Amino acid sequence: MKGMSIIVRTIANISFPFILIYGLYVIAHGHLTPGGGFQGGAVVASGLVLMLIAYNAEWVSKRIKESHLSIFESIGALGFIILAFLGIVFGGVFFTNFLVGTDFIFGMIPMNGAANINTGGTLPLMNFAVGLKVIAGLFAIVFVMAHFISKTEEDAA
Amino acid sequence: MIANIPFIAVAILVIIGLYTVIFRKNLIKMLIGITIIESGVNLFLITLGYREDGVAPIFTGLSNPDVVMTYPVPQALTLTSIVIGVAVLALMLSFIVQMYRHTKSLDVRTFGGDDQ
Amino acid sequence: MDKRNLLGFAFLTVVSVFLIFSALLMHPFGDPTEEDMDQYIIDNTVDETGANNGVTAVVFDYRGFDTIGEATVLFTAVAGVVLVFRRLKK
Repeated sequence: MKGMSIIVRTIANISFPFILIYGLYVIAHGHLTPGGGFQGGAVVASGLVLMLIAYNAEWVSKRIKESHLSIFESIGALGFIILAFLGIVFGGVFFTNFLVGTDFIFGMIPMNGAANINTGGTLPLMNFAVGLKVIAGLFAIVFVMAHFISKTEEDAA
Repeated sequence: MIANIPFIAVAILVIIGLYTVIFRKNLIKMLIGITIIESGVNLFLITLGYREDGVAPIFTGLSNPDVVMTYPVPQALTLTSIVIGVAVLALMLSFIVQMYRHTKSLDVRTFGGDDQ
Repeated sequence: MDKRNLLGFAFLTVVSVFLIFSALLMHPFGDPTEEDMDQYIIDNTVDETGANNGVTAVVFDYRGFDTIGEATVLFTAVAGVVLVFRRLKK
């Protein structure tokens, strides 16, 4: 499948970093404002699919291999499960929030009202793990389909 | 009866989706009908937790303390349901692409039994 | 119309009557029954989890087990789609 014209490619080049930063902001501030891991992951995956539409599928497949996506998704899923199992080691029951109240990394409890990003316990770490998993998963679905279609057209021609 | 409009909207959405799945013979149109049914079910889950004059359950310290908040548990379960809907839609679409590649038709009557 | 269309029409009529009848008999919109679990979650979120977002605290802390199930479903769907589009190397 061919790419699009040069106007579309220029606008996609300009707006791709802004979409990436906005999606990572929604993931990172999931415990303060509406959002979280799933929502921010969908935003970043949409930005990556924009680059896939503007250029060919071969241009993208020279830069992002399929094994990279599989490694990212496995890291996200394993990180989430390991954080759940660390609750047994430090707290006693499965899925304990073991970072609230301590002063390790995310342990502040907001006193009255507005809080900074240093609160939340294990919630920001779980947001990052799930966000990574959703980004890799949703982009892998679209990328595999586009690659298959371009290979079929190339065989028929 | 005027206070039940969201539930009637859910019923109309499910009826429209069910009509598309039963009476249309194109595979892509049946897929869109299944998506409309899922949208109706998600809308029904959200409207179960609304209280009169409620705000979103975000705890800042700036609002006055006698404001009512809507319940957060149905919203969390709707989030899960939306993600599962996306996953099932991706699998169905990949099966449709493979079926078209082998038999070159998108009509549901070419698969299945030999009656009529 | 032939037999298949008639059967489908009868089924659609029965299901639509059932749905609209039960939509009229639901509790009024904006006035749910009193829930103790949701009231406890609203009162004790900031002290127990330290988060400002009630929905994220419910998804990842009070009901985290459902999020594990959802992550499994997403992983299985991605694995299924990649499997269907695989080309065997000749």
